[in-house]
Amino acid sequence: MKLEGKVWRYGDNIDTDVIIPARYLNTFDPKELASHCMVDIDESFAGNVQEGDIMVGGRNFGCGSSREHAPVAIKASGIPVVIAASFARIFYRNGINIGLPLLEIGDDVEKIHADDKLQVDVTTGEIKNFTTGDVFHAHPLPGFVQEIAEAGGLIEYIKKKG
Amino acid sequence: MGMTMSEKILAKHAGLERVEAGQLVTCKLDMVLANDITAPPSIKIFESIGRPVFDNEKIALVPDHFQPAKDIKSAELAKIVRDFAVKHKIVHYFEQGRVGIEHVILPEQGIVAPGMLTIGADSHTCTYGAVNGFATGVGSTDLGAAMATGEAWFKVPQAIKVELTGSKPAGISGKDVILTLIGQIGVDGALYKSLEFAGEGVKSLTMTDRLTISNMAIEAGGKAGIFPYDEITAEYVKERVKKPFEPVAADDDAVYCQVVKIDLSTLKPVVAFPHLPGNTKRVEDIKEPIAIQQVIIGSCTNGRLEDLQIAAEVFKGHKVADGVRCIVIPGSPAVYKEAMKRGYIDTFIDADCAVSTPTCGPCLGGYMGIMAAGEKCVSTTNRNFRGRMGHVDSEVYLAGPHVAAASAILGRIATAEEVQ
Repeated sequence: MKLEGKVWRYGDNIDTDVIIPARYLNTFDPKELASHCMVDIDESFAGNVQEGDIMVGGRNFGCGSSREHAPVAIKASGIPVVIAASFARIFYRNGINIGLPLLEIGDDVEKIHADDKLQVDVTTGEIKNFTTGDVFHAHPLPGFVQEIAEAGGLIEYIKKKG
Repeated sequence: MGMTMSEKILAKHAGLERVEAGQLVTCKLDMVLANDITAPPSIKIFESIGRPVFDNEKIALVPDHFQPAKDIKSAELAKIVRDFAVKHKIVHYFEQGRVGIEHVILPEQGIVAPGMLTIGADSHTCTYGAVNGFATGVGSTDLGAAMATGEAWFKVPQAIKVELTGSKPAGISGKDVILTLIGQIGVDGALYKSLEFAGEGVKSLTMTDRLTISNMAIEAGGKAGIFPYDEITAEYVKERVKKPFEPVAADDDAVYCQVVKIDLSTLKPVVAFPHLPGNTKRVEDIKEPIAIQQVIIGSCTNGRLEDLQIAAEVFKGHKVADGVRCIVIPGSPAVYKEAMKRGYIDTFIDADCAVSTPTCGPCLGGYMGIMAAGEKCVSTTNRNFRGRMGHVDSEVYLAGPHVAAASAILGRIATAEEVQ
């Protein structure tokens, strides 16, 4: 599956509190969560993000809480894939489980900037930066984690397996 | 080649002789946990699967984050949890009045035990590593699926051995140990890995210290933070755990990806500066006084009886400084009652602290103790992310109970020694 979109670029240690602050956690409605996504570090995000845009962070993206509301808020914002140098473990797992692909590319992430145009092949992990001409390869998903991702998330995977 | 404590617990629950780091396994779970924020989406997931609960004795539901309900939406979240608990006859459901902070009450009531495998839809579920269990945080989808299947998949983590030597000096608590460690390895120092504690220094750590240390394994990116089983663990679980359990020990030839050494005898009180738990500094190295407006003593990290005892000893005969607010939150009804019996609550009220019913409220900026722009708080909680406790321009400094109480009295970040 190939996706193309404009980059929203964030730094290292983007935590779940800034992705969706606790004051909005008294609901789990995806649309409402999306309307507050990233608000504490980027007030422009929720109002301006376009369907298909790509979020890119640095190291330890999604650190902090287990709140699945965080990847849900990102996905409901129209972001189909998140790329980072590395992801925090629970966030990574939650992304896979809800069908939000996450690609880890280590230090190559430094070569992606705000507003760059990317093409991402979620299956092969190939990332093309149309703006700079760079091409990167993300670490592939391990074993049956790939199957969960392909099924569209954990619940679909469990239903498929019966 | 031997196995680590994590490998042993995961192997046993996967029904395998042995596992090694990197392997993907499906394990049977001993306990699954959710709170009032994470249980409602889990319940929705659970219902979409269309099976009964796998075991009504192995699910714990603890409405502790926004409860007693802070608003109508929170009341509705709690109602979803309550209705589900009644419908499925969930044994470990904690209604208001019986409710404490999840990671305080589960060990306290013997719901988690040595050798157990627990997942919880709360990142601080790793707390139960203190009692020699493998416990880790997950999201609501994993949790909802686990309530139906009783299973979860795991990638067996590589382990970092944290070798503790020396003995903990007076005035140092588990919080100083874990903040020192996170300061040393960084907030992603244990990413995808487990922290396994070892060495003769372990025996100078009380169960309260260990619970605090394991609780914050996630703040180093860790999947779990696990302690060996010893006399202190045995003493702690003996009156609490009613079911049989099997402790685990690491093999002598277990493989670790890294060894970190900490000499406990050299530790000094530390604080983590905004906005990461890894921004640690010794209090004695702070050059300019840092004036504060709020102090929080409590949470799943430091809301146990021993934490309140430490704070009460520092507060005795003193008052909270003018211009400072101090909230003390016992972590469970049992902690509250015992603190009352021992006179700690009197000490806090005499010192002008506000004492609350058990709740996670202030820790995550949920409710109570929300800060205005420009305010600074010393907190015994576990996160100091930007905007964590209120306005995006407020700041949280993490510390142990000695430093928190002393800071409340002096109105600036201070050690307990400075109070005398």
